[in-house]
Amino acid sequence: MKARSQAALLAAPAMAILAGVAVLPVLAAIWLSLHRSILVFHEERFIGIANFRFLFSDGRFWSALGTTAYFTAVAVAAELLIGLPVAMLLQRGGGFFRAAILLPWAIPTAVSARMWAWLFNADYGLLHRLLPGVDWLGSPRTALHAAILVDVWKTTPFVALILLAGLSAIPGDVVKAARVDGARPARIFFSITLPLLRPAILLALLFRSLDAFRVFDAIYVLTEGGPANATETLSIYAYKTLLRSGDFGYGSALSVATFACVLGIGLVFLRFLGRER
Amino acid sequence: MKRLPVLVFFLGPLAWQVLTSFWPEPELTRALPHALTVANYAGLGTTFARAVLNSLLVAAGTTALCLAVGASAAFAVAKLEFRGRSLLFGGALAISMFPPIATVSPLYLVLRAAGLRDTLAGLILPYATFALPLTLWLLTSFFRDLPDELYRAARVDGCTPWQAFVHVFLPLSWPALATSAILVFIFSWNELLYALSFISTPSKRTIPVAIALFAGEHVEPWGQIAAASVVATVPLAFLTLFFQRRIVAGLTAGAVKE
Repeated sequence: MKARSQAALLAAPAMAILAGVAVLPVLAAIWLSLHRSILVFHEERFIGIANFRFLFSDGRFWSALGTTAYFTAVAVAAELLIGLPVAMLLQRGGGFFRAAILLPWAIPTAVSARMWAWLFNADYGLLHRLLPGVDWLGSPRTALHAAILVDVWKTTPFVALILLAGLSAIPGDVVKAARVDGARPARIFFSITLPLLRPAILLALLFRSLDAFRVFDAIYVLTEGGPANATETLSIYAYKTLLRSGDFGYGSALSVATFACVLGIGLVFLRFLGRER
Repeated sequence: MKRLPVLVFFLGPLAWQVLTSFWPEPELTRALPHALTVANYAGLGTTFARAVLNSLLVAAGTTALCLAVGASAAFAVAKLEFRGRSLLFGGALAISMFPPIATVSPLYLVLRAAGLRDTLAGLILPYATFALPLTLWLLTSFFRDLPDELYRAARVDGCTPWQAFVHVFLPLSWPALATSAILVFIFSWNELLYALSFISTPSKRTIPVAIALFAGEHVEPWGQIAAASVVATVPLAFLTLFFQRRIVAGLTAGAVKE
């Protein structure tokens, strides 16, 4: 057999699986979103873009989009702001310290959300005891911020590790030279460290924004989107429409809309990253 | 000293959870327990033991599948010429950014039609959507770093590409395979959305689903939930303690270009 065709054969199983479980399903979801499809009634007919026309006038969709955008923006900003000092602490080594920081990242989000739900518990939770009077999960105003706190706790370690990799790539000589020239630590940080860290920061922003935008686990476990839909994100709304209401047509339209948003965010970031290199 | 607040923030909630798991249920209303007990662990019973077993099976199955098909594909992408090479690599990267909700509805219908809905085997293929791109990414960057001369020498010695892969490259790649296996295992062990959507029989639930849907008869059994959380966390705590270097290297692979 020729080398070229053998190479294609080596890659074929992976290609087939990715096409079967990711590419075709996304196309199928777009196709489904053009249908009225209710599972229990065995109803399925083509209705064109009617689902999307409904989506544009669906207040619950716009509210979920706003919640998702707010969650993403606040969580990712907080993770970067906390992640950078943590990365600088990690830089000074310490295997145990690094493993300890990594632990929140490694455990299932469902587990960490349950753990925080107990801390937030309105009767006996530790946070409730330390700060009485705040009903973390019960009030629409605080519930989303509680979910953001859980996300920050869980994924700041990941951000810190990406930034640590960026910090380690900064040549020590540059910093030393600046120090010899009499630059103060703050000056070194803003004039050398931060600019050289830009690619790593952008990369962390890209990964985290795409990941935060599809948030499901933490919110599903903490509040299921409540109270009064105050924490309902796009993934939660789509999940409920698909699997609770069994509405596969409109649920798929919501999924496709979520997909389109993530694609848009990804393309914007890739443009920025491409300009960096 | 600066590390202390950081450690308290990241480990404090876990420590409280461990304490809660040994806290006698009737005493949860108190500020601190009088005595500690293992009753919460004993009360978890066989349903949760099943969930641990299910998670092990699905995570191990996903890891095996992704390494089996991912290693040869990554080798082909890194060292060989073939049509669709950049399509596979770029496509895998794009797929890793897909929101999983985008594929839930068609995968549900396909799994149902194939009789694989509500089965553990039926979770392994959907899990490949996030696990296979990760495997490809890690292994491709590993194979790229091995010298091209190695491949050319093997070819001159009469190896086919397949033989070069099996006899020359595969034996060298166990560190990268181990890193990929650990990360894929962790991601599969932690997955919630697909497991929640495709599994309906309680005895087939994985750990994240079991913990998400954990419910008591009247009140939330916080002590038992804490015990279940600790059981779900212990294997990961060991993985992170023993393999933190590998995990960190894998997570940040390609984060910095030389």
